[in-house]
Amino acid sequence: MSKVRFGVIVFPGSNCDRDCYYVLKDLLQVKVDYIWHQEEKPKGFDCLILPGGFSYGDYLRCGAIARFSPVMEFVQDFAEQGGLVLGICNGFQILLECGLLPGAMLRNQGLKFVCQFIYVRVDNNQIPFTGAAQPGQVLQLPVKHNEGNYYVEEETLKEMKRRGQIVLRYSTKEGVVTREANPNGALDNIAGICNERKNVFGLMPHPENSSEPILGSQDGLLIFKSMLQYMEDGEFRYGGGEEFRYEEGREDDLDA
Amino acid sequence: MRKAGRMILMPENLPPKIYQDLGLTDYEYERIVSILGRQPNYLELSMFSVRWSEHCSYKSSQKALRDFPTEGKRVIQGPGENAGIFSIGNGLAIAMKIESHNHPSAVEPYQGAATGVGGIIRDIFAMGARPIANLNSLRFGPLDRPKVRYLLEGVVAGIGGYSNCVGIPTIGGEVYFEDCYEANPLVNAMCVGLVKTDTIIKSGARGIGNKLILIGSATGRDGIHGATFASDELDESSEERRPSVQVGDPFTEKLVMEACLELVERGLLVSLQDLGAAGLTSSSSEMAAKGGVGLEIDISRVPLRGEGMQPFEIMISESQERMLAVAEPDKVEEITKVCDRWGIRAAVIGQVTEDGILRVVNESQTLAEIPARALSQEVPLRNLEVRRPAYLDNLHHYPLPSLESEKDLSQHMLELLASPNLCSRQWVYRQYDQLVETNTIGLPGADAGVVRIKGTHKALAFKIDGNGRYCYLDPFAGGQIAVAEAARNLVCRGAQPVAMTDCLNFGNPEKPEIYWQFVECMRGMSQACRVLGIPVVSGNVSFYNENFGEPIYPTPTVGMAGLIEDMRWCTTPEFKDEGDLVVLLGETHQDMGGSEYLKLFHDLIAGQPPALDLDLEKRVHLCCLEAIRAGLLRSAHDCSEGGLAVAVAESCILGGLGATVNIQEEHKQTVALFSESQSRIVVSLKEEDLLHLEEIGRRHKVPVKVIGMVGGDRLTMGKVIHLTVTEMKKVWEDTLESIMRI
Repeated sequence: MSKVRFGVIVFPGSNCDRDCYYVLKDLLQVKVDYIWHQEEKPKGFDCLILPGGFSYGDYLRCGAIARFSPVMEFVQDFAEQGGLVLGICNGFQILLECGLLPGAMLRNQGLKFVCQFIYVRVDNNQIPFTGAAQPGQVLQLPVKHNEGNYYVEEETLKEMKRRGQIVLRYSTKEGVVTREANPNGALDNIAGICNERKNVFGLMPHPENSSEPILGSQDGLLIFKSMLQYMEDGEFRYGGGEEFRYEEGREDDLDA
Repeated sequence: MRKAGRMILMPENLPPKIYQDLGLTDYEYERIVSILGRQPNYLELSMFSVRWSEHCSYKSSQKALRDFPTEGKRVIQGPGENAGIFSIGNGLAIAMKIESHNHPSAVEPYQGAATGVGGIIRDIFAMGARPIANLNSLRFGPLDRPKVRYLLEGVVAGIGGYSNCVGIPTIGGEVYFEDCYEANPLVNAMCVGLVKTDTIIKSGARGIGNKLILIGSATGRDGIHGATFASDELDESSEERRPSVQVGDPFTEKLVMEACLELVERGLLVSLQDLGAAGLTSSSSEMAAKGGVGLEIDISRVPLRGEGMQPFEIMISESQERMLAVAEPDKVEEITKVCDRWGIRAAVIGQVTEDGILRVVNESQTLAEIPARALSQEVPLRNLEVRRPAYLDNLHHYPLPSLESEKDLSQHMLELLASPNLCSRQWVYRQYDQLVETNTIGLPGADAGVVRIKGTHKALAFKIDGNGRYCYLDPFAGGQIAVAEAARNLVCRGAQPVAMTDCLNFGNPEKPEIYWQFVECMRGMSQACRVLGIPVVSGNVSFYNENFGEPIYPTPTVGMAGLIEDMRWCTTPEFKDEGDLVVLLGETHQDMGGSEYLKLFHDLIAGQPPALDLDLEKRVHLCCLEAIRAGLLRSAHDCSEGGLAVAVAESCILGGLGATVNIQEEHKQTVALFSESQSRIVVSLKEEDLLHLEEIGRRHKVPVKVIGMVGGDRLTMGKVIHLTVTEMKKVWEDTLESIMRI
């Protein structure tokens, strides 16, 4: 059994915490424990997951209250030390609110909750969360959210592209990034991004809900496996490897 | 314990006949006086009025409901608890219930629907079960009216807003549009939960001196007299009843749910009960009556969120997200700790007493004393008159069009697929989280939703179903069909139907014609349950669904569970491969009465609903299940509204494959295509498996007829239907999307 130990943070209102736990423990047979949002100094974790759900009911703004949970200071420190932090859906929104990732979430363009299977293209497989993917590989994952319309100002977006921070983009099954493939109006079809250092990753789709063939897709497993592989390969390689080059040419598809 | 001989607070000088304003009849008032042996005070009168409302007491329906078969080898808990429970083996059981929230949704669609979902979720975890799936059944008026679109929009958003937040997958549902529901929409919410048989908890209070603990939200003035509102017809004053509608807080519900499940898991509770209609009054009297004990409630200890609330307001408030628990005194500290951790309140508000009295006190002052059993269970049952409605003869003998000279059936097929009653419901279920909990192996959009049970090979299919039109034409036959069709849908998924819950939506039962519809429907449903061997484990009745005196169609909603012993048997409706044979199990007859075809092209709701032979129905189920278990069937899909043509079209659309289908010569083409005969399933299979299927069919005496073959990119039926799968898919998928975009 792998020595890597995952922590799934439970905020009041998290509801995909049990799903992440199940995938890691039962499907990947990895050590995993819940971390209660009030814990200030949890010990012995190698990777953290901020799961989906409705932390604090999303009552003020998604993730806006959860970022003040006592555990979040630990999450910030953990990330600064290079630890892997994965935020899924509401977890992604919390990472945006606390500034570990750039940008913000707006309400879906259709102004409605959207639950459906979509496709995303892996635009950067050089990070710890997508290392098991082929370049440009298309994953079938479900989205289920009200606020997944990612936005970031133009200058930052440019920088993010240059640094390879745009990791997943909504695409067709064939991997073409089109407007029709975008379920929420997210800028540039962005579905998942990482920080500059590549150790914090947020995505709107739910890999934990698509990690078994019987659930319609097991593509989500790739995210967890990538993290595991990266950790098992040895020492952290923060920001290591060669710089990713954003393929500008693919932009044209959006206007097609 | 309090000293005996205290005086009950009697702020009398009540206006004469004030009980009438509270919805009580003269006779009921006399009964109350005789139960108490004195005049009731205002608080006691309020408690009786809500607890004895139709909504809470089932005083008009109890007798008829006794006819339902409620026993079976799997049944652990029949009707009468927060939810029914049946065993699925492996030491596991399923809790299930359905409930209406029609009137609140009519005046405040978002909150009305949301709190309906909230209430049914609490019923499930009140049994110690973790909710694993939600379903819902909706009825609205025609979509060309803006108000109807507003209601649909709000109801769907409210259901999603609540269940998505709590984190329960919504795996199935149904929605129909018909004139009669325009001002009185139906919102029936169903929830099912999974529980270990040894941690099931019930509501009966036990143990003299045990503490009564109110868990969850503070009590406010919301939903005062909600149960009474639900027991009245809607009229022009209904909009003013908006304050009777409660506001939902799904975030708190999630915390209350997790806290309660933890308390049950750790064995800290003696009993548990949800607070729904009639609030503390109803829940405390039920807990006391079921346990054969008394309860004392000190209202000064009830956490309040309104200033200066009157005792009666505290006792009948329908504030949401509250649970009432009984626990041993030495467990209280631990219980408080658990609740603190989840950030919710747990207040000791009273204790279990031995005198069988529900006593309300304010510190040392006694405010009310009512025998709990009388309040909970001794409502005078109503003897209502029945009269067969005169409209039936006209409708049954109405000369139906001959359908000899129908033109352009391809066009008719497209219009049927595009009709709001038959088109894709994706616009609705896309707004629901269908996947949370990673168990959904059968998504919405097929015959039934399916969740697997982790740690076993088993899965469960759930279906919610009803057809008001058939029940309007013949409530007995319609009731039978509602049960048969729900069961058939489960069978198509490879599931053996094992238990049922129901929500009975009717008009004003004081009208003999309405009560006749109710009784006839019950009779039909009961008979179908008996023949098909499906016990009823829980249910709900919603009367007074009328607007300005116009009743809705009698609309029983059936919620049914089916067990799939081996989840590999889970079958889907879409065609899979070119060259597979298309086979019809069962037979098509001339059943055009009440059909979608007659409504759409002849603007006619008339005739007799489809004939149903329950024995054949059962044999079709056995045949289909045996074929699925033998691994013969590639797809299975129920033939229902829209007939064979629409069923085959859906299998094509979902599979992205065409088919060529012959039309039976013995019928007119229109009948062969669009008749809604029951007991039919369209299946597909490999050619080499046909002999085996025919053998199974012969053994069960079920007609098995090859009607065509899967293949190509278009659907051809006889000489009259030629359509590409793409064009069918487009109209089928676009209808709700484009209507709701307006």
